[in-house]
Amino acid sequence: MELLYSIKPLAAILVSFFVVPIIFSSKSENVREAWTFLAALLKFAIVLSMLPFVLKGGQIAYSLVEVLPGVAIAFKVDAFGMLFALVSSSLWIVTSMYSIGYMRSLKEHGQTRYYACFALSLSATLGVAFAGNLFTLYLFYEMLSFATYPLVTHHQDKEARSSGRKYLTYILGASIGLVLPAMLIIYTQTGTFEFAPQGFMNGAFSKEATTVLLLMFVFGFAKAGLMPFHSWLPAAMVAPTPVSALLHAVAVVKVGVFCVARVITSVFGTKMLATMGLGTIVCYVASFTIIVSSFIALSQDGLKRRLAFSTIGQLAYIILGIALLSPSGMTGGMLHIAMHAFGKITLFFCAGAIFAASGIKNISEMVGIGRRMPFTMTAFLLGSLSVIGLPPLGGFISKWHLVIGTIESGQIFFLFVLLASSLLNAAYFLPISYKAFFCTDEEAMFEKKVDEVPTWCLVPLCITATCSVIFFFYPQPFLQLAKMTVATIIGAPMP
Amino acid sequence: MTHHFPALLIIVPLLSALIVSAMGWINRRWCFPLAVAALSGALAISVGLLTQVMATGPIAYKMAGWSPPIGITYVIDYLNAPILVVILAVALLNLIAAKTWIEKDFSEKIGAYLALYLLFLSGMVGIVSTGDAFNLYVLLEIGSLTGYALIGLGKERAPLSSLNYLFMGTIGASFYLLGIGYIYIATGTLNMADIASMIPQLAESSTLFLALIICMAGLFVKMALFPMHGWLPNAYSNAPSASAGLIAPLTTKVMIYAMVRLGLTVFTPQFTFSRGMLSEAIVWVAVAAIIAGSLLALMQRRLSRMLTYIIVAEVGYMVGGFWLGNEAGVTGATLHIINDAAMTLTLFLAVSAITWKLGSDKFEDLQGLFGKMPFTMMGFVIAALAVIGIPPTCGFFSKWYLITAGINAGQWAFVGALLFSSLTNAVLFFRIFEIAFFEPFATGHGHHDHGPTFSEAPLTMVVPLIVAAISLIALGLYSGDIVTKLIQLAIPAGIA
Amino acid sequence: MTDLLPLMAAKYNYWIYTILMMTGLYAMIAKNNLVKKIIGMNIFQTAIILFYVSIAYKTGGTLPIIMEGGHGGGHGAINAADYINPLPHTLMLTAIVVSVATMGVALALAIKVYRQYGTLEEDDINHQIRTQAGQ
Repeated sequence: MELLYSIKPLAAILVSFFVVPIIFSSKSENVREAWTFLAALLKFAIVLSMLPFVLKGGQIAYSLVEVLPGVAIAFKVDAFGMLFALVSSSLWIVTSMYSIGYMRSLKEHGQTRYYACFALSLSATLGVAFAGNLFTLYLFYEMLSFATYPLVTHHQDKEARSSGRKYLTYILGASIGLVLPAMLIIYTQTGTFEFAPQGFMNGAFSKEATTVLLLMFVFGFAKAGLMPFHSWLPAAMVAPTPVSALLHAVAVVKVGVFCVARVITSVFGTKMLATMGLGTIVCYVASFTIIVSSFIALSQDGLKRRLAFSTIGQLAYIILGIALLSPSGMTGGMLHIAMHAFGKITLFFCAGAIFAASGIKNISEMVGIGRRMPFTMTAFLLGSLSVIGLPPLGGFISKWHLVIGTIESGQIFFLFVLLASSLLNAAYFLPISYKAFFCTDEEAMFEKKVDEVPTWCLVPLCITATCSVIFFFYPQPFLQLAKMTVATIIGAPMP
Repeated sequence: MTHHFPALLIIVPLLSALIVSAMGWINRRWCFPLAVAALSGALAISVGLLTQVMATGPIAYKMAGWSPPIGITYVIDYLNAPILVVILAVALLNLIAAKTWIEKDFSEKIGAYLALYLLFLSGMVGIVSTGDAFNLYVLLEIGSLTGYALIGLGKERAPLSSLNYLFMGTIGASFYLLGIGYIYIATGTLNMADIASMIPQLAESSTLFLALIICMAGLFVKMALFPMHGWLPNAYSNAPSASAGLIAPLTTKVMIYAMVRLGLTVFTPQFTFSRGMLSEAIVWVAVAAIIAGSLLALMQRRLSRMLTYIIVAEVGYMVGGFWLGNEAGVTGATLHIINDAAMTLTLFLAVSAITWKLGSDKFEDLQGLFGKMPFTMMGFVIAALAVIGIPPTCGFFSKWYLITAGINAGQWAFVGALLFSSLTNAVLFFRIFEIAFFEPFATGHGHHDHGPTFSEAPLTMVVPLIVAAISLIALGLYSGDIVTKLIQLAIPAGIA
Repeated sequence: MTDLLPLMAAKYNYWIYTILMMTGLYAMIAKNNLVKKIIGMNIFQTAIILFYVSIAYKTGGTLPIIMEGGHGGGHGAINAADYINPLPHTLMLTAIVVSVATMGVALALAIKVYRQYGTLEEDDINHQIRTQAGQ
């Protein structure tokens, strides 16, 4: 494998970091937004410039300073990190666009702080994606927790305070209480944190100890939202919608699952987990979350809350896929990071658009809204089809791999979990679209007047919805990256 | 010239104290620049010493040319060179930040106040650099007496708090003196290196063991180890802001340095950690200190008082880590001396800026502070993250070593206490952030009609605060170098 | 018990300093008046000074002043056992200075306290502080 030393990963991370003081010092809205855009584009460009090399099977590494003996703040861009970085940096551009429309039309306060924290969060997200060892991963994970706190509590009212409190209690409590001790125990035994394709634990722990450590990580990265560490996510929905969209459908929660996936593949190693039979435990935990969250989602009337519970379930898909430890399962799980991101962000954009245009938050009040906002609701339908996993949308590709994965690993139980949950997904998503478009005139709560949101809001959600469709027909480079990652893990030749 | 640096380090603040106090009679405007110049000079000397030590190894300086063991030596080695830099940097930053306070509170007595300030520092610097056990006592008292005066100059309850501090401080110092007496009985010398060379022959001596216990007990009182911490919260929180920012970061940390110095290079680790019962008992006391300090901090309703109880908990960190007696523990404790001094400085500078603007540091008065004083709060947030222990701030790394030490030693109570204290600190600081960020509550859908107006503290306060805050991150990023290039070389062989 | 008494008698200097120290400590903890506490502190410090002085003593030793030529004339070796150890004494000169200085600072603080509260009784001061806080 080719290894290239380059400062590019650091540059990609720091682009949005350096833009923070500029955002703070800029007086006018336009300047602030222009800088955000510029940073987003630049970040995406840097990430993209690394893509061809990674696709050829190379890795890009950069090491900063050694902070503990044998542990440096180090970055390594491999296929899996690249996949996640591509998703988050491309969606930041779209979200910036959406933010401008949303924040302006609602005349939100504290926009400077908002854009600055957003840029900071993206730095942290890419830091997680490119982390070369467990320590760097943890560092940026924590940075993300703090950078997103002012975003979650943006409204600065009582509700925001209690949600913010819940958010931090879960995220910080789990990471300090579970992840940090687990890291320390591993470090004292192995003396290293360097990610390796087959993990670096090398049987340093007994089966019982490994089980405990694995569960400490799986639950400790509470951003992944596995039950019972999920309830911060619905609470965090008090945030402005662009925040919910990017952070709570893409960056924050995906950072959680990305960390779990990294730890399973590069710290513990899939071979070791397979011989110890520990993947199955995680699979059961994930399955429980999938089913229960789907049922809860059915009962939610607040659109964003329903989406939040749907996200909890979908995140568990990813973890389930990885924990199946079979090639297709892992491919599906990794691919789902991308596919679900595009689908779910569309849904959040739509929820925000509905709120910005009409002030409605509850599903029961949305009867007939499709007549008033046809573009938004069409995008919503596409997004929900992708999340349910129906062709011709991207979500189908990842779910297909997941299903194959369950068969491959011979664990048919999880196949039924996936199928059942897909039905439940359909049950909580499709009625929304149905009611929005098909209702009698008496039931309709809106006149037949097209009254869409500002273009700044509308364009992004159309883009992401279109992307979801495109990814069904052309799932590259995500599929390629996921397959390359799996090939490295199982030691097969590059696809 | 450079080979006189160890002596100059003490002489510069000492002499300039005299000059500044004389200048107080002649022309008061010159006092402050003089003090700043003296401290800058001393800081430059300490940096010079640090580079010298890193390049060529420890330096032993014979005071007035008398050779040890008869004369007094000053030893600058890997252990105290970085601590000297930190002490002087803390003092300089705080002096600049306290300019407006000193001019307001002590305009008449500025010469006397600054003279005390400099004398206090010569005491602190002396304690850290001396190589003589009795000399350490004398310098300890110089530092303490000036410290009592610096605190007692405050208003309201300050003199009473200072007097109580004086009582406890004298008990502590006297115990240390008594312990030195027993060392002298057992070894017949007071030179640290000389004592250490005799320890192997006296490994079974109960007199020496008694000396160890008495010395440590004295230092524990002086560093406010729980349950001997009663004097600290009152003394620090009632002190004038200018003094609090100096004394809070330095006094306890220098006492912990004295403990490390005695344990490692006087009694030698083989002897210090030879009685398992003693080490274990002290670690348990440290565990109690961490938990009690954290819980008591939760009960406070004033920012500065809350910070003083956090100091009580932090003392537990370092004492516990050191007495675990393994390499990671000693490394962590030593690293935490540096980090905690920087963290405490940043926090107290922030409190001093807040008190300057608001006239109070009660929790209920902190509303809307993020809007009013964004730069001060930025520094405060970074310091808070360091205290909680979030990477890449420095607090994370020392805590990392301490927890590793707990795991290596199988001392799970200590590990648990550290994690508990991290979480408690998170609660403590986020409670303040919430007040400062959310209140007064926005009306309606998050629109502040009349948001808090920008009104930041003077630049002389904010700039040192920001510098201190940035140093927390820099110390964190370079903690790998600090450990491998300094602290690990300072730890003598014979530690597991 | 039979062994203890001779032991106590032989090490009587230790017992005396310990008793003095504890007396001082008791005064510092139990006395209500701040000046009495300061007196206690002084007793406490003096006890340690006495301890140092007593450990320097040697049976049959004399003042550590060496006359010209030493004992038997000529520049012969000095027999250290003949002299009291002078080092602890000199150390205690410093310690006495320290204790006087401490006393000075303590008294100065006590005066400040008295000016502020009009009393030196700790109970009264605490009462005043509490009533102030209550208002």
